[in-house]
Amino acid sequence: MRGRFFYGVKMPKELMNKKDIDRALTRIAHEIIEKNKGIERLGLVGIQRGGVHLARRLASKIKDIEKKDIPVGLLDIGFYRDDLNIRKEQPVIRKTEVPFEVTDLKIILVDDVLFTGRSIRAALDALIDLGRPAAIQLAVLIDRGHRELPIKADYVGKNIPTALSETVEVHLEEEGLEDRVILEKVDTER
Amino acid sequence: MLNRKDLLGIKELSKDEINLILDTAAGFKDVLGRDIKKVPTLRGKTAVNLFFEPSTRTRTSFELAAKRLSTDVINFSVPTSSVVKGESLIDTALTVQALGADFIIIRHSSAGVPHLLAKKLRASVINAGDGTNEHPTQALLDAFTIREKKGRIEGLEIAIVGDIIHSRVAKSNIYCLTKLGARVRLIGPPTLIPEEIRGTGVEVFHDMEAGLKDADVVIMLRIQMERQGKGFFPSTEEYSKNWGLTAERFSLAKDDAIVMHPGPMNRGIEITSEIADGPRSVILEQVTNGLAVRMAVMYLLAGVKR
Repeated sequence: MRGRFFYGVKMPKELMNKKDIDRALTRIAHEIIEKNKGIERLGLVGIQRGGVHLARRLASKIKDIEKKDIPVGLLDIGFYRDDLNIRKEQPVIRKTEVPFEVTDLKIILVDDVLFTGRSIRAALDALIDLGRPAAIQLAVLIDRGHRELPIKADYVGKNIPTALSETVEVHLEEEGLEDRVILEKVDTER
Repeated sequence: MLNRKDLLGIKELSKDEINLILDTAAGFKDVLGRDIKKVPTLRGKTAVNLFFEPSTRTRTSFELAAKRLSTDVINFSVPTSSVVKGESLIDTALTVQALGADFIIIRHSSAGVPHLLAKKLRASVINAGDGTNEHPTQALLDAFTIREKKGRIEGLEIAIVGDIIHSRVAKSNIYCLTKLGARVRLIGPPTLIPEEIRGTGVEVFHDMEAGLKDADVVIMLRIQMERQGKGFFPSTEEYSKNWGLTAERFSLAKDDAIVMHPGPMNRGIEITSEIADGPRSVILEQVTNGLAVRMAVMYLLAGVKR
């Protein structure tokens, strides 16, 4: 019985390390300020969970540059998913906490990986149920392609061409891991 | 994960399952505080309230919980249904299922009816009170309220006062709170506390003052007027004198103790208005939390493939 050992081994590949992630976030922070000509009437909203940590990091970088606080909200999109009828298990519901009025604010949605676009679709609905933002922009650390909906990011840390058989994992210190982005081949052996 | 089709009682739930429901309810409570108090989560599903016993609160709470999840609701109440024409319970339930119900929320005066229907139906059955057996969503909302107010349940001294023997609320609460690690005290006359409950880890008090001492939470039960003069207690006046919660008695509990009641209250009998409307009463918050907990239960049951 060969096979499992030779073909089934997952081959993780590091796409970004701690420094790369930090530099990408620094650049995105600058781009956000540049595009919006400052941070007047701007709010960051992170999608649970990875996006929340990234939103907080962006807020701290923006504060370093602009010397002003930018409000950060947490958004859980579980109630708005489009796959609730086909999933075996219901997604765990985490906290939604947007401690500011989103109406008439420019909101930057923050997520770790942009893939099919379905999470962002759900996040847009969730956000709009909280009020009517003046505009919504999207910042992601990784864009791995394979969109199923007409959704595009305004700020991208890194574009990574992937195969559908691969997974992209963003590990962050806030979750007790070392900061890195890893590409893994899914075991396709049958 | 809640790997169940039905919610029939707290007895069969694990501590982890209870905590999952409470954590999920916290997410839904947050929705209830918004301008748009509705999420599309269970769009296209149908819930039927099948109530064979009168109820306003529980039925309304389930109805609103379903609506907040974008589920359609039908209220099927007995006096207007074919049940009065002699249709059997199971036929009624099968008919409701054939209408496309995904959830059947049932209240019945006989214990075990939800369990029977759960076996016969594909739909998720939620027990909204079966005889003197269980009322699981009430216990869950009580636990949610306690956790929210006290920050924890483990290690708390929780007193349940009144007609324990006939109370499905008490029974579900005893299962729920002991599983979550609280110390439960039962207070009431010997006629209203079943002897066999001793030895299940609860403490029994036939003296209100002793039972209330240093309690963190006091749960008052409704006294059912129809039990008056049937040998359980002589009169409501006598009951009130011995087992009613007055300010003086409540002062024996801890300074930050909270008081709860599943409603509807008999003011001036089991609880004085002074306490019921006082700063440490969380009775109205229980009602709000009931919505969040029922939304969580429906959401989690809907995830199971059958």
